[in-house]
Amino acid sequence: MYQYDSYDHAMVADRIAEFRDQVARRLDGRLTEDQFKPLRLMNGVYLQLHAYMLRVAIPYGTFNSTQMRTLAGIARDYDRGYGHFTTRTNIQYNWPALVDIPDILDRLAAVEMHAIQTSGNCIRNVTADPFAGAAADELEDGRPWAEIVRQWSSFHPEFTFLPRKFKIAVNGAKADRAGIRVHDIGLQIVRNEAGTTGFEVWVGGGQGRTPRLGQLIKPFLAPEDLLSYLTACLRVYNQHGRRDNLYKARIKILVEALGAEEYGRQVEDEWAVIREGELKLPAAEIARIRAFFDQPKAVEPTPVPVTGNRAFARWLDRNRRDHAVNGLSSVVISLKPIGGTPGDITDAQMDAVADLAERYGFDEIRATPDQNLILPHVRNGDLEAVWAGLVEAGLATANAGLATDIVACPGLDYCNLANARSIPIAQAISNLLEETGLSEKAGDVTIKIDGCINACGHHHVAHIGVLGVDKRGEEFYQITLGGAFGTDAAIGSIIGKGLAGEDVPAAIARLLETYLDIRADKERFIDTLRRVGPDAFKEAIYADA
Amino acid sequence: MKTVTANRLTDGRVIYRTATGQWTTELGEAARLDDDQADATLEIASDESRIAVGAYLIELEDDLPGGQKWRREGIRLAGPTTGSTHAQATV
Repeated sequence: MYQYDSYDHAMVADRIAEFRDQVARRLDGRLTEDQFKPLRLMNGVYLQLHAYMLRVAIPYGTFNSTQMRTLAGIARDYDRGYGHFTTRTNIQYNWPALVDIPDILDRLAAVEMHAIQTSGNCIRNVTADPFAGAAADELEDGRPWAEIVRQWSSFHPEFTFLPRKFKIAVNGAKADRAGIRVHDIGLQIVRNEAGTTGFEVWVGGGQGRTPRLGQLIKPFLAPEDLLSYLTACLRVYNQHGRRDNLYKARIKILVEALGAEEYGRQVEDEWAVIREGELKLPAAEIARIRAFFDQPKAVEPTPVPVTGNRAFARWLDRNRRDHAVNGLSSVVISLKPIGGTPGDITDAQMDAVADLAERYGFDEIRATPDQNLILPHVRNGDLEAVWAGLVEAGLATANAGLATDIVACPGLDYCNLANARSIPIAQAISNLLEETGLSEKAGDVTIKIDGCINACGHHHVAHIGVLGVDKRGEEFYQITLGGAFGTDAAIGSIIGKGLAGEDVPAAIARLLETYLDIRADKERFIDTLRRVGPDAFKEAIYADA
Repeated sequence: MKTVTANRLTDGRVIYRTATGQWTTELGEAARLDDDQADATLEIASDESRIAVGAYLIELEDDLPGGQKWRREGIRLAGPTTGSTHAQATV
């Protein structure tokens, strides 16, 4: 893992001291709310329905047991004993008091964490494949590049007031688990014909009100040119992005208006000016950053255990993933207990995960865009002990990738922007699909739920998306079908009129029953949907509406 | 009827303005305002930003949040509706 140097420590400490003073000035009236709001947002502090919300960055979703224990302590001492992992691999606290937040930031800084640039029109937390550095299908670990981008983008004076927020993802595996086509910029590590690794650069993807898939503007970017090329991309956006209209300010609108070819041409023109300048990455610096991200060395090549314990076997089947190193596995810790709140975890559970990571997981934890956690490196011989520890902590739900592994935004239960609730819908769907056995029978299905069109819950890229809308004070939910997050990224299509919230779980159950009736042998839900089209499911969805 | 609500500056909690110009977390203690009183009270409340952030008017029906925002304001009043989540713990 990356470790702060003196510059990182000083930068974060200075920012906390500055924010502590800003909070004091707000409390004694020297700052108005209008003056204070942009300052608190730059430090990850929102004001939501019931309380302030603090969003803490977890760069590329990677953290360790010490950091997890600190997150647990903050939940215990300053919140209501839990935290909430988000689709941007951050953690949010829903109940901190403003007066306590500078002290919380001090605690975070002590373990090399912060909340800087988790809000505002700047470059946000950089994300990566949550299995980076562990995945069996990986070409190269994307996290060193994500760290280089993090360092370049933190407090970047030119890119602190962009037309709108800006999200970058890096994927180094064959399968795209970072969602590079639904980011403002997606970087896919590739190898060219000469055997050299570099980046495909995808630009203009995003979800929200106007969902778009990113377009390829650079098939191969040499690694040493990464920062100069990103600078050129941001510069063209910063100059031409729509600052006059909040809803048209994201780069996806600019890329669509100009056309990817013209946008790419303007980037090339800008890049030609700066390419050979100070942003050229020295090989020694790339190597220095890479050294922080070493994979575990060779281990005893113990096979994955064969067990007669059905619960353990089921968990292995659903939540274990192959690892690049023989003898190791990665495991998904589902934060989707049946009927629970997606992404929530108690302070005691955080401590339990920290203990397991420290004892069995090479002291490494990942947060995922699916609101789950991962222990990326576990010896196969330790899998049963890890599972037993998770059972004891109430974290051994064997549903990774199933329909009950639901992603949901906080929705109207917490969020100031939401029009409808998300979490209770997720809970009701989870309960019904488990009771009926449909979750297990249907296999790999993604369900993602949003309480407004901003789409923090990623409903656009779910196989089954659910979008809450408000119609004259009543909640309705639109169903979308056919979206996908990864390699085969797609934006789902709205299937018809909205349903009342109480009708959504049964509609999804009927949809999955229809799939089980018409699927070809072992065909995945998304493949059946693509083969027969969404209309084949319309009757099932609206049968009782 | 209407009343004025906001979030408390120090901790963000939901608060309501009373008839005597205090702020309370109890809706039952909030002022009941007709349309004429409501705008004037909101103007005064908006100047109290060292206590209350983002003051605005909500509608009341049978002493509970009403109008088109009844659900949102009901959630602000009673807390998240998420049942089995950990949010039910008290502070």
